[in-house]
Amino acid sequence: MDILLQQIINGLVLGSMYALIALGYTMVYGIIQLINFAHGEVLMVGALTSWSVVGLMQESMPGAPGWAILILATLIACLVAAVLNFVIEKVAYRPLRNSPRLAPLITAIGVSILLQAIAMMIWRPSYKSFPSLLPTEPYQIGGAFITPTQIMVLGVTAVSLAILMWLVNFTRMGRAMRATAENPRVAGLMGVRPDMVISATFIIGAVLAVIAGVMLAMNYGTVYHTMGFLPGLKAFTAAVFGGIGNLGGAVIGGLLLGLIESIGSGYIGDLTGGVLGSNYTDIFAFVVLIIILTLRPSGLLGERVADRA
Amino acid sequence: MQLKLSMLAGAALLVAGGVAQAQEQVVKIGHVAPLSGPQAHLGKDNQNGAQMAIDELNAQNITIGGKKIKWQLVPEDDAADPKQGTAVAQKLCDAKVAGVVGHLNSGTTIPASKIYDQCGIPMVTGAATNPELTKLGRKHVFRIIANDEALGAGLAKYAAETLKLKKVAVVDDRTAYGQGVAAVFKREAQKLGLQVVSDQFTTDKATDFMAILTAIKSKAPDGIMYGGMDAQAGPMLRQLDQLGMSNVKFFSGDGSCTNELPKLSANAKSLASVVCAEGGASLAKMPKGEDWLKRYNAKYPGQYKLYGPYVYDATMLLADAMKRANSVDPKVYMPVLEKSDFAGSTAKIVFDERHDLKDAPITLYNYPGNTKTPMN
Repeated sequence: MDILLQQIINGLVLGSMYALIALGYTMVYGIIQLINFAHGEVLMVGALTSWSVVGLMQESMPGAPGWAILILATLIACLVAAVLNFVIEKVAYRPLRNSPRLAPLITAIGVSILLQAIAMMIWRPSYKSFPSLLPTEPYQIGGAFITPTQIMVLGVTAVSLAILMWLVNFTRMGRAMRATAENPRVAGLMGVRPDMVISATFIIGAVLAVIAGVMLAMNYGTVYHTMGFLPGLKAFTAAVFGGIGNLGGAVIGGLLLGLIESIGSGYIGDLTGGVLGSNYTDIFAFVVLIIILTLRPSGLLGERVADRA
Repeated sequence: MQLKLSMLAGAALLVAGGVAQAQEQVVKIGHVAPLSGPQAHLGKDNQNGAQMAIDELNAQNITIGGKKIKWQLVPEDDAADPKQGTAVAQKLCDAKVAGVVGHLNSGTTIPASKIYDQCGIPMVTGAATNPELTKLGRKHVFRIIANDEALGAGLAKYAAETLKLKKVAVVDDRTAYGQGVAAVFKREAQKLGLQVVSDQFTTDKATDFMAILTAIKSKAPDGIMYGGMDAQAGPMLRQLDQLGMSNVKFFSGDGSCTNELPKLSANAKSLASVVCAEGGASLAKMPKGEDWLKRYNAKYPGQYKLYGPYVYDATMLLADAMKRANSVDPKVYMPVLEKSDFAGSTAKIVFDERHDLKDAPITLYNYPGNTKTPMN
């Protein structure tokens, strides 16, 4: 029982991180129907920037509390990533806004590779250890262990989703976003400035990516220039799983994908008597994805046009 | 007048220089390792080792076949990817290099070695430790480091006989290297009466191991064997802490046996449970290890990781064979290379009939006080 509980905790933590990243994918997709493949790399730049800031601060201010360093480093990384994502959108996506959908998709992949190469030059290719800024001693709940960092991951995901929901559904900016998502030209006629809304969306996306990146770095303790790729891919899957374009769907998709992966790799060996091992985790997760998508082609929560943002 | 004289002398020097130039022959040595991607830090170390050997060779003013040799390194990047590895191998064949040093990963070395063998270029690896490499009967393939059979078997023996463990779990990263070292450990462990209670798998790009470690925890083993690289072993140790499993012994092959491991695991408590094996003697016990490191650090401060000295030796070994054969033609110096008896920095290099290092030593390490230290 404690093992199952532990696997559920593992799955929820992993899933929360997928969810945070998936929110960024879904936001951008909802507004301009672009799958921003560079999202994972923005996450990586954010994580590496925060790593640099943490290193500098620990050197210049020994004794500063971990949480303060963490918050400040995250804020600075958010700023850097926001500027970066703003520029990426301006340079690589905006000129192609009226081109066929495939064109910006390819530039997105190009930007992703470019960012990886630049990050490798700036931060060198080695794996870097992210210091533990929070207490590392795990708490024990019914035989299962959970660390303060993992609790923070769960909390931050919930708070981020709540703020995002509020932003989209109850603010002026949110209304402009929903209008742009529905039809940018008509929204323009009604006094919304689509370019500004899209830029804002990319900035919010960058902030989400940085939060996810810092959470990843905190939880797994390493940062490196290719760290964004795999989580990015999984989160994209999660976004499609939950219904791309839908905020709640991204979170549900992320959490489910995390749970399926963790419970799948934990039990698949025992269930099949050792025939299939944990190397089949991804297959397990993607089989579930295929089944869901054949039954519900637009994902779990569907793509409700009015809601997407 | 004075001016004219010096000008004349200068011109004479130029002419002499021109003649010397004509007598010079460029010998290209290919080097392949991942210079991008997650293992770029290890690849860079390898390349430094090769470059250092080339620079020292150039300083020695070696003459082969009556011509002064100018050594030149042709560094290539295989990104630890078998596809890119074979493409790069073909490129080196087409460039007609005299010999190849590399690759780093067994997964890229095995397919690439076929290409070198076909185009008749000798290849010496100082890092790829999968036993398969030398079992394929490829004539041009040489290895100057202990293979995984020695590593896996040594660790299993230590677990069973010294630590007297009963139950172990095995995790591998599904690469040729990880799978190889884990499989040998498993086989030897079972032979020695250990019970292998769990078999888990991950990838060489993963960072989350919570699920498989929890599955392992449910079987309550005394030890875990990990076949893979340090970039995964570090976070894995940290996650063992998170699951309250810091006291479970953690075994691993040379891929995770690096000075980086304490840093990558953020000095996890589990680090105290690590026992890892490396081919060859420790740098301190290598015939010329300390002296080598001193020269390396002077050139590339802080970049030493793992295989640098082996790659250095591999490069020197090729040059040595060419010198003794008095030819840079692979066809001529190959038979001489086979019969090498070379006092390298890492070991005395003599090949067995499979072109593996004869009597390859292995060393076990642990991390007391979070620094990699050879055990006895």
